Amino acid sequence: MKVIETNGLTKRFGKFTALNGVNLNVEQGEVYGFIGPNGAGKSTTIRVLLGILKATEGKASIFGQDVWKNAVELHKRIAYVPGDVNLWPNLTGGEVIDLMLSLRGKKAAGNRREELIERFKLDPSKKCRTYSKGNRQKVALVSAFAGEADLFILDEPTSGLDPLMERVFQECVAEVKAEGKTVLLSSHILSEVERLCDRVGIIRGGEMIESGTLDDLRHLTRTSMLVKTKEPLEGLKDLPGVHDVKQEDGAVSFQADGEKMDGIIRHVSRFGVVKLESAPPTLEDLFMRHYEGTGGEEADTDGRTTV
Amino acid sequence: MAERLFSGTGRLSRLFIRRDRLRLSIWITAIVLLNVSTAASFTGLYMSEEEKQAMAGTMENPAMTAMLGPGYGLENYHEGAMMAHQMLLFMAVVTAIMNILLVVRHTRADEEEGRVELIRSLPVGRLSTLASTLVVMTVVNTAVALLTGVGLAVVGIESIDFAGSLLFGAALGAAGLFFAGVTALFAQLSESSRGTVGLSFAVLGGAYILRAIGDVSSEGLSLVSPLGLILRTEAYVNNYWWPVFVTIGIAGVLLVLAFYLNLRRDLEAGFLPSRPGKKQASAFLKSPFGLSVRLQRTALISWAVGMVVLGVSYGSVLGDLEAFFEASEMMREILAPDAALSLTEQYLTMLMAVIAMICTVPPLMMMLKLKGEEKKGRIDHLLTRVVSRGRTMGSYFLLAMITSALMLFLAVSGLWAAAAGVMDDPMAFSMVFEAAMVYLPAVWIMIGAAVFLIGVLPKFSGFIWAYLGYTFLVVYLGELLQFPEWLKNLSPFGYVPQVPVEELSFTVLAVLTLVAAVLVIAGFTGYRRRDIAG
Ligand SMILES: Nc1ncnc2c1ncn2[C@@H]1O[C@H](COP(=O)(O)OP(=O)(O)OP(=O)(O)O)[C@@H](O)[C@H]1O
Ligand SMILES: [Mg+2]
Repeated sequence: MKVIETNGLTKRFGKFTALNGVNLNVEQGEVYGFIGPNGAGKSTTIRVLLGILKATEGKASIFGQDVWKNAVELHKRIAYVPGDVNLWPNLTGGEVIDLMLSLRGKKAAGNRREELIERFKLDPSKKCRTYSKGNRQKVALVSAFAGEADLFILDEPTSGLDPLMERVFQECVAEVKAEGKTVLLSSHILSEVERLCDRVGIIRGGEMIESGTLDDLRHLTRTSMLVKTKEPLEGLKDLPGVHDVKQEDGAVSFQADGEKMDGIIRHVSRFGVVKLESAPPTLEDLFMRHYEGTGGEEADTDGRTTV
Repeated sequence: MAERLFSGTGRLSRLFIRRDRLRLSIWITAIVLLNVSTAASFTGLYMSEEEKQAMAGTMENPAMTAMLGPGYGLENYHEGAMMAHQMLLFMAVVTAIMNILLVVRHTRADEEEGRVELIRSLPVGRLSTLASTLVVMTVVNTAVALLTGVGLAVVGIESIDFAGSLLFGAALGAAGLFFAGVTALFAQLSESSRGTVGLSFAVLGGAYILRAIGDVSSEGLSLVSPLGLILRTEAYVNNYWWPVFVTIGIAGVLLVLAFYLNLRRDLEAGFLPSRPGKKQASAFLKSPFGLSVRLQRTALISWAVGMVVLGVSYGSVLGDLEAFFEASEMMREILAPDAALSLTEQYLTMLMAVIAMICTVPPLMMMLKLKGEEKKGRIDHLLTRVVSRGRTMGSYFLLAMITSALMLFLAVSGLWAAAAGVMDDPMAFSMVFEAAMVYLPAVWIMIGAAVFLIGVLPKFSGFIWAYLGYTFLVVYLGELLQFPEWLKNLSPFGYVPQVPVEELSFTVLAVLTLVAAVLVIAGFTGYRRRDIAG
């Protein structure tokens, strides 16, 4: 069952198109990583999903209900954590957590609230004015995980958290996943995405360019290969799916496209393989390739015009 | 659908009250106490019937009308009539300011800071933030109305009766609600809280000026202004309720409009266009002073225009005033004017005091921006670069000083030019100029006090507004209500020689300037030593 479903979602701010026909599908019970370069449209998509922004075109639904029309009903089942949490300076962290819970119409199950405060090492008696960035983030995280939600929408939820707290966060996500809840996680921390997410979607310049499991995506990426053969290796350059061929003292190094791997190996084996090393693409490589792409200049102009 | 748009309003209203319980109590108490204590002070004032009638005589003149609104019930000028005539406008402005500040704080300012986003991700209606703000503001204005009404009646002056007091309170509440509506509307139109505050205050200023001109020359104009409208209640004398209902009605229309626009727009968006800016910083912007000017450019220009308009509208009254005095031989004898000075010039001194105090607002805003920037953590951008504390504060201080002279100059030029057009016997520019500029040292003390607070007691820097409010109260109303001298002398404006009626005393001005300098030096020293909040 699809929890989040968008169809040709488009959002324009005046003349600027922030989202251009985004199709996003998140299944029940999965953790979906939503990644892309700065200004790609992640937060905009999320804010449309929360009914905070109104889509210019296209459909977006959560649990089968329209996100704009049924926002209030839907939000009873959704917990949201923004990346930049601004709180009321003269309320304490504890007060804010209770407020958020009661606004969602929830009571924390049992001692869930205390347990989370304990785990995140948060002092709930301090005024929000005095919290550090990470501590403000913790307030939002505790409020989100303490109330029972069916869908967690997290937009760079760990920005400012220390590595220890980052781990606590990952445990929390794993727990809700084990309970069969759904999570949409936007993040720039790739190791976090790799560890937590079942599937990822990559957005760039307002368009979804890739979506699938990490293995699927890896498959689309290049593996770096190093081969040493008895006979001189010929015709490699002309083979489909081979890139960056270089001679390295008697050996040849190159990049191979995942889906062309079979043909490449067949070709190489004809020359008598002495040594073959292959390094699987790191997640970094994978993302770099997608992030840079041809749409690179969009991010560029964006950087210049945003003051 | 409607129910969903507003769901959670009650909960959010309670959050509003929880956040601002102190702020709300202070505002309400201050307004009610001010009203009640003024009424109480009447018991000892204007004893004889003759004195009351002499007072009534002065109230008929156009300068008074421009400042306080049209006099009424002058044939039998009892305490009730005095109270409503002399206090209602002033208190309505105070109530309006309260409404503007509170509504912005809970609508656009919260939105700008991203707190509304957090709220909106919860099962809360799209209109609930605005709705809860208006619910609370209605409660607050009702509280002001009822407490003022009951409080005034309880003072126990015969002519300040219950029916009139209730109407007086209701008029305040209605004016407050009107400006809550205005602000709610601008909070939808403008994209920033600064813009919202600016536009709302522009409407307040415009309403005051429109009323001043209308009251003096054409009644119709006054009826367009909410402030003019509520003065038509003529509390304690005729007790007309219709202006209250009309004002509330218009406020209702504004609110509906605000709700409609809120529904139509994206969160954090507005309707007024924001143009794309320059790609590169001009040479001017690249210095701390340039930055302080650039950040406040819009405010600076708006205030400059506002001051000219204020000057022109006061100046245009002077012609009527001259004619009034010429027509009334008796008045001249009662007031026994100095032979060398026209009555017009005597009134000029009073106008100057008011103008000088209004001109103190923009320089204080310019100075306090330093604190605002600190609170937002943006001063760090300067201080972590090669900019000293002294230079940082100095930039804002310099701007405030320039603004103080500029605003006074613009207002007085407007006044003189308009007066020259309407008077048979125009005043010399040098005289008018002098009468205004003598207030500069007092304005500098106010700036100095702001510098001092920012440098030494940063938590209390907002108190400078309370001090200016106090100054306004004692100078603006002190004359009418005959406050004791020492109350006036708690404010620097109380010491300023009232040129041309009084002798120009350089000693006094030098002492005032010295006090300002001491405050400034202490403030700079403190700023260099203290922690910068972030
Ligand atoms: N209110 C707005 N008006 C105009 N443009 C906007 C507005 N909000 C967002 N944008 C633009 O839409 C694009 C997408 O922004 P968004 O915040 O969704 O990016 P993001 O993917 O979340 O980036 P980041 O990783 O930096 O958080 C950006 O180019 C941004 O400048
Ligand atoms: Mg973002």
